[in-house]
Amino acid sequence: MGRIVTNESANSEASSVLSLFGAVLKRDLMLAYRKKSDLFNPLIFFLMVATLFPLGVSPEPDFLAQIAPGVVWVAALLATLLSMESVFKSDFEDGTLEQTLLSPQPLFVIVLAKVLAHWMMSGLPLTLLAPLLAVMLFLPAEGMSGLMLSLLIGTPTLSLVGAIGAALTVGLRKGGVLISLLVLPLYIPVLIFGTSAVQAAVTGLPLAGFFALLGAILALGLVLAPLAISAALRISVSG
Amino acid sequence: MSEKKNWMPRWFYQLASPRWSYEIMGKLLPGFAVAAFLFLIAGTVWALLFAPPEAYQGNSYRIIYIHVPSALLAQSCYMMMAIAGAIGLIWKMKVADMVAKSCAPIGATMAVLALATGAIWGKPTWGSWWVWDARLTSMLILLFLYLGVIALYSAIENEAMAAKSAAVLALVGLVNIPIIKYSVDWWNTLHQPATFKLTERPAMVPEMWLPLLVMVIGFYCFFAVSLMMRTRNEILVRERRASWVKELVEKQ
Amino acid sequence: MSTALLHVDKLYCERDDRILFEDLSFAINAGEVIQVEGQNGSGKTTLLRILSGLSNHYEGDIFWKGSLLSTVQDDFRRELLYFGHHPGVKAVLTPEENLHWYAAMHPSIDGKKIAMALEQVGLRGFEDSPCHTLSAGQNRRVSLARLYLTSAKLWILDEPFTAIDKKGVAQKEQLILDHAANGGSVILTTHHELAISEKVRRFNLDELAGT
Repeated sequence: MGRIVTNESANSEASSVLSLFGAVLKRDLMLAYRKKSDLFNPLIFFLMVATLFPLGVSPEPDFLAQIAPGVVWVAALLATLLSMESVFKSDFEDGTLEQTLLSPQPLFVIVLAKVLAHWMMSGLPLTLLAPLLAVMLFLPAEGMSGLMLSLLIGTPTLSLVGAIGAALTVGLRKGGVLISLLVLPLYIPVLIFGTSAVQAAVTGLPLAGFFALLGAILALGLVLAPLAISAALRISVSG
Repeated sequence: MSEKKNWMPRWFYQLASPRWSYEIMGKLLPGFAVAAFLFLIAGTVWALLFAPPEAYQGNSYRIIYIHVPSALLAQSCYMMMAIAGAIGLIWKMKVADMVAKSCAPIGATMAVLALATGAIWGKPTWGSWWVWDARLTSMLILLFLYLGVIALYSAIENEAMAAKSAAVLALVGLVNIPIIKYSVDWWNTLHQPATFKLTERPAMVPEMWLPLLVMVIGFYCFFAVSLMMRTRNEILVRERRASWVKELVEKQ
Repeated sequence: MSTALLHVDKLYCERDDRILFEDLSFAINAGEVIQVEGQNGSGKTTLLRILSGLSNHYEGDIFWKGSLLSTVQDDFRRELLYFGHHPGVKAVLTPEENLHWYAAMHPSIDGKKIAMALEQVGLRGFEDSPCHTLSAGQNRRVSLARLYLTSAKLWILDEPFTAIDKKGVAQKEQLILDHAANGGSVILTTHHELAISEKVRRFNLDELAGT
């Protein structure tokens, strides 16, 4: 096809992609807003998991301060997983997922908008709630910025990778546990770099390297995960 | 899709025929089985009786003759599974799907073997059964990846869908493995004072690594045998309604 | 042979060890309405899902305007309207919001005429009630309102009349005939006796099944 893309048509194509992205994002945010329980449950879970550690291990401030980065990150990771199942499930059940896949619009863009909406409803609130947990776990104040920033850059990757698991299991009745099995091993690099960033912030070491690594993983995820999610959705719906 | 197939060699499309694959694997099997047997016996005898003891660890190091080949195989098996899955996805090739499915349990077993031998080796070397060594941790995560793929296979009833889903997951895992490996190595250097590492020892003398090479070849031959047997089995199950399978079964 | 809109060649599909259809070949031309018949489990829904491109568990070839479907999927989807088992209506959104989403997803759907379409399907006054407060029939009407909005050429409708009252069915039948008269094509399954049956080409999957 020797189609010549003039500036004008390229512009209109870009603006139609943007409006599609906006429409999907707006719809998913509206859905979440109207069904608030889906929104709050992972956050409550996040708080509860963090409470278990002082109770189960030790309330000693020095000890808690030492494990705080890891505990907050593990809790964030589990809370994200918990919220993951709902990304495509209701769309699958009411048939709107079928209609999405039959759209001539680029699925890559649609999927990206859906994952962004999911992150705004899970990763972002988790990041905002993290200081509260950090205080409860006696994380030194120097570590706070590292914690917030690492969660801000790390949680979108969790949403992207988790959505692959959600897309693969959307057609299954018992998808919830399976998602964790599929996705948890893939979360390990983000966990390692995320907690290391917080620890470095606490000890006053330079942070830029960690954020660069987390950012690189996020960039890779932004490019590749939507492809995997799209493929997985088409497979799941084909059954 | 027949028109765009011409650029691939002919044998590639013959592989797509379950019957042809079944027969060619049947012909290859005995050769590989004999080779696996000979290499494994020769390697074991050589490694246990003739290879010299190691300077620091004495005889306990000899477990590397199982540990290293199984760890290598666990890694290459994942790669093979992902590549076979990708071929199945892209060219809709049933036999590739079956190969990928057969890879998963073999690779998981190899990962378990590598972990178990690593743990046993750890006892005399470090004084504990488990150490969060970078290589062992990576192997543990690799085992988790295998278990995820196997769980996905068993959760989806439709065979074609299960194969495609697992292929996507395996490919995602393949992209992630280098990142996981890098992050775990890095985490390890951060948390562990430099101690004796499993595989970073002074260069081995030929009397030590030659039997290791023989064992590695033996393991790969064994892998080929096991993979072909599993795949042939899978072909029979999935093609059970084809006339050639019925004839084959009736003959027995 | 002039190129048919959709041409199916030697379609084969099996499910759970059972052949649903084999050697199934047919063509749909512009202006035709085709009703697929068959007992429960004969593969009607499976056939419609294959034709819409949702399922690819088949062997054989499907051509859209003379080219292989898998190579022209975007063009095909631009001209397709699919109505499936699940109506594709979000329960927490209002009928209007649902249709606006369809318009964003499918450029063939005209978002400016939504108020008119909702009136046509008898949902005037319900524009702002979330769909979970509506009945099953009303929910399906929301999805069927797309038929008034679309410029898609091929309609694939799986049991569109379930839970729809008599008057509604008569209206939709007329709509289908109008669409065909304008050069569009329709493939549908239904358990209703169609009042327009003399203008409908039928084929029965039971007679075509391999068993």
